[in-house]
Amino acid sequence: MRAAIDYLLHLADNALVLGQRNAEWCGHGPILEEDIALSNVSLDLIGQARLLYQLVARLKGGNTSEDKLAYFRDAHQFRNYTLLELPHHGPLSGYAHSSMDYGTTIVRNFLYSALMALLWEALEKSADAELAAIAAKSLKEVRYHLRHSRDWLVRLGDGTDESHARAQAAVDHLFPYTAEFWADSPAEEAAIKAGVGVDLQTLKADWNAIVDAAFAEATLQRPTVAGYVPEGKLGRHSEHLGFLLAEMQSLARAHPNGNW
Amino acid sequence: MYTQSFNVPDSPGGKPVPLAPSLEDPVLQAAFDARIDADGRIEPQDWMPEAYRKTLIRQISQHAHSEIVGMLPEGNWISRAPSLKRKAILIAKVQDEGGHGLYLYSAAETLGTSRDQMLEGLHSGRAKYSSIFNYPTLTWADVGVIGWLVDGAAIMNQIPLCRCSYGPYARAMVRVCKEESFHQRQGYEALLEMMTGTEEQKAMVQDAVNRWWWKCLAMFGPPDADSPNSAQGMRWGIKRVSNDELRQKFVDATVPQAKVLGVTLPDRDLKWNEERQHHDYGAIDWDEFWATVNGNGPCNKERLATRVKAHNEGQWVRDAALAHARKQQERKMKEAA
Ligand SMILES: [Fe+2]
Ligand SMILES: [Fe+2]
Repeated sequence: MRAAIDYLLHLADNALVLGQRNAEWCGHGPILEEDIALSNVSLDLIGQARLLYQLVARLKGGNTSEDKLAYFRDAHQFRNYTLLELPHHGPLSGYAHSSMDYGTTIVRNFLYSALMALLWEALEKSADAELAAIAAKSLKEVRYHLRHSRDWLVRLGDGTDESHARAQAAVDHLFPYTAEFWADSPAEEAAIKAGVGVDLQTLKADWNAIVDAAFAEATLQRPTVAGYVPEGKLGRHSEHLGFLLAEMQSLARAHPNGNW
Repeated sequence: MYTQSFNVPDSPGGKPVPLAPSLEDPVLQAAFDARIDADGRIEPQDWMPEAYRKTLIRQISQHAHSEIVGMLPEGNWISRAPSLKRKAILIAKVQDEGGHGLYLYSAAETLGTSRDQMLEGLHSGRAKYSSIFNYPTLTWADVGVIGWLVDGAAIMNQIPLCRCSYGPYARAMVRVCKEESFHQRQGYEALLEMMTGTEEQKAMVQDAVNRWWWKCLAMFGPPDADSPNSAQGMRWGIKRVSNDELRQKFVDATVPQAKVLGVTLPDRDLKWNEERQHHDYGAIDWDEFWATVNGNGPCNKERLATRVKAHNEGQWVRDAALAHARKQQERKMKEAA
């Protein structure tokens, strides 16, 4: 049970944190159609997060709720991949500011959707029927996210010199963070053992194939990854998550007894 | 949301001026007039007087710009929405407004303008958008109040436009109105929920109502006596109900809703008039309204600069999409050769 909870929180936090990030484009997209598309992606992700948090709340019982989980845990209690909390720009310290870069947004959405398209499909067979149902719904959504981000990855990579350079810079920045996908975590191990979770190692070859084919079409180079392996799913995050949560949680925490 | 129910000339100056009489082919003009008189629809391929076309382009593009600029005040609260449910509702709402912008730009394009031209008008400051979005959203309650009152006022304005004589605009409005009434209900419902909460929450709602009420009344445009183009708009079947009538309808509909909600409306002169069977209300500050319409409100510069920034910073993305499409085309042609 505990194993399932930590695993579900990992999946839920992934969805919430990336949903929160993608919503930052709402009103600021490069073209109106993309504003709408990214809002859609964001809505899907927040919807997934809600279903997963609700499931965790049922398992935990007591007065746990989706909003308690989203708004009243601190950064070290979040179990999302570090990749998903990064701002929409190149590598900068936590309190540095920069304009949002659509290339970063697209590359991140692509790398994550490629993984989740495989993972949600595998989780349709989870021993936890409720998780399997969420997976089935999420799979339909993530297939759209993958198509959307892949199409744009190809457009940016194989577009102008500037877009190619920006897309490649985003790949160089973000790709190393995918090393976390393949690292072990106690929550995943326990969930795999219980038949609830899926061993990502079994999906790695397929993920590589999706990524390599898209990069080839986009004329982008896949960087080699060495060194630091992020540990967001263990609760050790980048400097960026604290700021994301400070903003997201501010109102709910200012009125902890409020009705919304 | 949110057309202004009156025509503001795009610039400079701002206040409405009477339109010049039309000098058109009398036979075509007569056929057009007959169609309007019979309450028929004008479609894109039909002949229409230039002034009618220009008025519609201006009104529809102003409406489209309003939808797009209108994404910003509420978008301001997406990241801080106090629950996941409210966050999802708000994203969906702001996204709807983007969709409204999209189909309004398409409707305007049927009149022979392009989205690029219209955006150029907005970004250069020539084109207007609904002035209601030049006020700041200071608390979460503003999101609910905008849904309830601003979308509410927009519905009042737009329902008559579902019968507008220009077909594409009327059809777009049917779809828009359905979504706007959904927005209004959601906004009101969010406020009802807050009013069951803490004292701080109730104060937040009242404060937001106090700040938005008069701005919403002004959304219907200047009093009928000061609206020289209304008569022409009525003649053309673009405008069906006068500014003051719409405003009165809005006040009458809103007073009981405020009572249910448990808030007061910030107008000492607001009271039921038995004789008129309507509510009387106080004087609107039109000087403040026109100052804001003409660029000197609290957020005009921020709103416009934000749109311009998004557009400029998105240039490379749009260029990439075009370049890629061209490359694809060339490859296809090579393969075919
Ligand atoms: Fe709208
Ligand atoms: Fe609306």
